[in-house]
Amino acid sequence: MIRFDGVTKRYADGTVAVDDLTLEIPSGQITVLVGPSGCGKTTSLRMINRMIDTTSGTISIDGDDIRKKDPSDLRRGIGYVIQHAGLFPHRTIVDNIATVPYLLGWDKKKARATAMELMERVGLDTKMAKRYPFQLSGGQQQRVGVARALAADPPIMLMDEPFSAVDPIVRKSLQDEFLRLQSEVQKTIAFVTHDIDEAVKLGHRIAVFQVGGTLAQHATPDELLANPAEGFVKEFLGGEKGLKRLRFNRELEDTADDEVQAAER
Amino acid sequence: MTAVADGEPLIRWNWIGDHTDELTTLTLHHLKLALLPILFGLIIAIPLGIMCVRWRWLYPPTLGVANVLYGVPSLALFMLFIPYFGIGSGGQADFTIILPLTLFSLSVLVPNVVDGLRSVPEPVRQAATAMGFGTLRRLVQVELPIAVPVVIAGARVATVASISLVSVGVLIGNGGLGQEFIDGYSRDFTTPIIVSCVLIILLALFSDGVLVTAQRLLTPWARTRRSNG
Amino acid sequence: MNLTDQITAAWNWLTASSHWSGGDGIPHRLLEHLGYSALALAIAAVIALPLGALVGHTGRGGFIVVSFANLARAVPTLGLLLLVVTVTSIGLTPVIIPLIALAMPPILVNTYEGIRAVDADIKDAAKGMGMKGPGVLLKAEIPVAIPLILLGLRTAAIQVVATATIAAYAGIGGLGRYIVDGLARKDYPSVVGGSVLVVLLAVVVQLVFIGIRRAFVSQGLRGSSRTS
Repeated sequence: MIRFDGVTKRYADGTVAVDDLTLEIPSGQITVLVGPSGCGKTTSLRMINRMIDTTSGTISIDGDDIRKKDPSDLRRGIGYVIQHAGLFPHRTIVDNIATVPYLLGWDKKKARATAMELMERVGLDTKMAKRYPFQLSGGQQQRVGVARALAADPPIMLMDEPFSAVDPIVRKSLQDEFLRLQSEVQKTIAFVTHDIDEAVKLGHRIAVFQVGGTLAQHATPDELLANPAEGFVKEFLGGEKGLKRLRFNRELEDTADDEVQAAER
Repeated sequence: MTAVADGEPLIRWNWIGDHTDELTTLTLHHLKLALLPILFGLIIAIPLGIMCVRWRWLYPPTLGVANVLYGVPSLALFMLFIPYFGIGSGGQADFTIILPLTLFSLSVLVPNVVDGLRSVPEPVRQAATAMGFGTLRRLVQVELPIAVPVVIAGARVATVASISLVSVGVLIGNGGLGQEFIDGYSRDFTTPIIVSCVLIILLALFSDGVLVTAQRLLTPWARTRRSNG
Repeated sequence: MNLTDQITAAWNWLTASSHWSGGDGIPHRLLEHLGYSALALAIAAVIALPLGALVGHTGRGGFIVVSFANLARAVPTLGLLLLVVTVTSIGLTPVIIPLIALAMPPILVNTYEGIRAVDADIKDAAKGMGMKGPGVLLKAEIPVAIPLILLGLRTAAIQVVATATIAAYAGIGGLGRYIVDGLARKDYPSVVGGSVLVVLLAVVVQLVFIGIRRAFVSQGLRGSSRTS
């Protein structure tokens, strides 16, 4: 479990990105941080692996204050996926995926074998192992990014708009496979997006942020859709009209899931 | 001064055969004078470029000095070092040529190292940090390798220029193949001038080819072939 | 003689009033130097700008252009000068030809690369608005490529100014006289003083091009990347 306790981030110029945030991200689930740009969701995410330092308050992982650990050690135990994948252009796909295992000093063979396994798990043809990132499509690069984050089997994954830069069709298939993968690996995931549809689709819990870096509502998707907080949250969900659409889509997906499960039975 | 005598051919081919040893010695010396500056330049430019990226304030003044150095006539640059290493060919006097050309190569290499390091995409830098790379490890394993194509592009420009500029050193008595320019010029005899010009061009093209090959081998991941602008 | 002495001697040489008048005076030599430089640069630009633009626009012959430019870069300027002097005689031609050879590669390559690198979207948009080939080149490609083209001209200008010192070897003056004559007479203050003048001239050329860039390059294109 990741816990924010009265966390504030104030920059040198006085802007407050995150204001007295208290939030729990439960283990083994996906918590989506959603909100408009400038609401502090990415800042919050990046404080978890100390890419950004807190001004005040504490963040703890399973009860341990993250500031007690060396930043590099902390980060090697947390998977991180970003919008443009950020793959190393000079390394092959398999070596990209094996980056953290190499850093942790794994045997090279074992690291590569793990990487090959992960390629299959994220739906990549292992024939691509020796290619370089520029030879892959955006969607494929993003899969490599996810595989790379999973390589050392970290208990926690931070994902910053990982599917925002690909086209809608690819995005949908990445989201679906991500859910399938998560049902297998059960990581503790903090997932940042500005897209409420994505939040509702992926999140076990949704934390809606508002500008000024405060938490507007923290609930399960069903609670959020059933009882959105008046004012900002309702507006962010698109008002009555938007809510109707989101509820409808959710029912549609649930029925589809039921059908799949029924068929599997 | 008169032009070549009537009936004198531009090239007397037998001259080449008679002077093979001399030309070989000059060629080797020429390479030494031209390539050591590139080597020294790289040894200095890489840490200097890293510092310029790390401490941004350092770059504008460095670039200013580099731009001025680029505009200094090489002959003038050679002059500056005569009091320290003397005139002539071989031994200590070679540094009268090598050090100025090192300065010249820096004026090309430092901006290229900086550009190369800055060509590392921000998401890549961030991903490296987020995966637990420390500053030094990130520099050595991620940023420098990605900078290689741009640095080699700079090294190509500097190398070709250096090979051509060495010949100017003949005006202070140490110019590798440039030696033949003055011999030919003072005797109104074109063969040595043409032969050494051609040899210099061949040396430059050969060195350039070596660098291009090195780049292909070192950076199979580079998206496109980079031509040197 | 150490560096401080060199600087003092050069300063004294530069500030001596006798060096500021007459046929061997600094103003006259400076004008000569600028004249040869400008002439060579202009001829090189007249040849290389259209050629680079054409090749960049059509996309044909790029490899040949780049290879030729690389070859030209490798030509030793001094060798070419002495060769032309030996074959013809001293005068303007042996000075101008090597300087043109020196100035062409950067102009040619930067123009070519600049035009070629113009975003395909911009070209499509221009065609979409009904422009024909020459219109696309003049109204879309060249304006976008201007920063790189200017950079090529700047590089060429600096090299030409620095190298025009060799004009002295063809017996036609320029600031190189102070360097070459000084060298022959072992008059180092003259050599250093002449060098300082050439360096200053190169700096002025840089500043002029920075000014041109400020004045003519669209705000939207500032910060365009540099190549060498």
